[in-house]
Amino acid sequence: MRALCWHGKKDIRYDTVPDPIIEDPGDAIIEVTSCAICGSDLHLFDGFMPGMQHGDVMGHEFMGEVVEVGPEVKRLKVGDRVVVPFTIICGECDQCQRGNYSVCERSNRNHHLADKMFGHSTAGLFGYTHLTGGYAGGQAEYVRVPFADHAPVKVPSGVTDEQVLFLGDIFPTGWQAAVQCDIEPTDTVAIWGAGPVGQFAIRSAVMLGAKQVVAIDRVPERLGMAEAGGAIPINFEQESVVERLNDLTQGRGPEKCIDAVGLEAHAMGSVDSMYDRVKQAVMLETDRPHVLREMIYVCRPAGTLSIPGVYGGLLDKIPFGAVMNKGLTIRTGQTHVNRWTDELLHRILEGQIDPSFVITHNVALEQGPDMYKTFRDKEDGCVKVVLKPRLH
Amino acid sequence: MKASAKKVSGRSLANGLGLFSIGLGLAELLAPKTLARSLGMEGQERLLQAYGLRELGVGLGILAATEPAPWIKGRIVGDLLDLGTLAVQLKPGSPHRGRLALALGMVAGVTSLDVYCARLLRAESWQARALKWDYRDRSGWSRPPSAMRGIARDTVPQKVSTPHTTPAYH
Repeated sequence: MRALCWHGKKDIRYDTVPDPIIEDPGDAIIEVTSCAICGSDLHLFDGFMPGMQHGDVMGHEFMGEVVEVGPEVKRLKVGDRVVVPFTIICGECDQCQRGNYSVCERSNRNHHLADKMFGHSTAGLFGYTHLTGGYAGGQAEYVRVPFADHAPVKVPSGVTDEQVLFLGDIFPTGWQAAVQCDIEPTDTVAIWGAGPVGQFAIRSAVMLGAKQVVAIDRVPERLGMAEAGGAIPINFEQESVVERLNDLTQGRGPEKCIDAVGLEAHAMGSVDSMYDRVKQAVMLETDRPHVLREMIYVCRPAGTLSIPGVYGGLLDKIPFGAVMNKGLTIRTGQTHVNRWTDELLHRILEGQIDPSFVITHNVALEQGPDMYKTFRDKEDGCVKVVLKPRLH
Repeated sequence: MKASAKKVSGRSLANGLGLFSIGLGLAELLAPKTLARSLGMEGQERLLQAYGLRELGVGLGILAATEPAPWIKGRIVGDLLDLGTLAVQLKPGSPHRGRLALALGMVAGVTSLDVYCARLLRAESWQARALKWDYRDRSGWSRPPSAMRGIARDTVPQKVSTPHTTPAYH
């Protein structure tokens, strides 16, 4: 089959690789009809995440049709149309029983590596390094889905792939980011990053009843899309984020702050960003946490910081004294996708929201290597790329 | 009657800086001895000529380029080099301290102008981009945002404490 494979920093190729097979009685094979490039795939593309190997199949946002099931699979059958969450879950361990799916205790087959790195292992993920299991990803014609009775979300035939594809990651990720804020009707929610996750966090915060939602970015078309979703845009290259947020909140600061940027912040005008760039270049720091610092500084005391943005390792100069003295709550983590899929699928099918608004590029899988660059550099007005293995 | 203020564009400011670069470059290239003497840099005429070549190249680059922004950034790097070179000459007791301080002030001023120009060009490029890709109609909502505000307030999902493994739609 054909797939997008990682071959090193800034080197994604459209390769021919062996077809996946049923390895465990609980597996299913999915023929991918649509997949997408996630912002967190760019951390792999840019070489900021450890644990990738040559030839690894990329991608953790995908959906398709079940073409084969293992003998122990009961819920799925051949022909079912499913969206596959990016977190692989066993559905039976203590964490899965509690709904903490992204920290499933059984699905990471390389848990010994994750134990060493993080103290305790987290869930297995599709196409996202050998620290999370080294599972082949979904930017491919076919994917093996382990524990297939648990995570895949069956979707009806009346909706398009584009409407439901994002149930596997970015829509629940934006939703969880907002839910973690425990939004009150008097709250201002400030969201850094108007990329795809930021866009869904904006819409989720509005749906959850925030008094005002503010989007912070520098890319005009992304800020325009944020405005369409009900956010007040702040272009951080044209105005001071701290001053504007204080103006919007009568000097108190936003009660809830969401970091939808993660480890590759691009605020080049600030002194701390230049410091991060230098330290990252000489390998004294892995991540660039400008957004975290700004959120900690501007957040209203007793507020909440919600962090769906991906961080990979060691962060420098975090003003934790401010976190402690202001009594801030920090909530973060990979998304517990299956906690939210029922609710969000229902809202899509009811016609409340159509997640396809975020798609700007819908192309054949073989164009994937070029699309990584287009997406990374925000060229051609790119916000979200959907790839189609059946298109040629 | 009050004359309306004409806002300078990034391109025209860049062109001005390009011409300035060429002028300065020619002076450094053709009269290095005079310059060196006035700044107390005797014996460093070759260095001044090299800086002159740099200025000339950057100036021509600015005037010839469709996108002058990278060349303006090149000017800023050159300014920092100039500031460093002049600062090294500023030794206590040097008879040229006055002129050196004046030169440092002038380079600092031009550096500010270069930074302003780089920002102006960037802002103009973002504005052009906003006109090219306008997503202000992409709300994703079935109704206006004001009608969607709080639609999920009463159904905020609570922490799942029971198994939730087969999220099929009914």
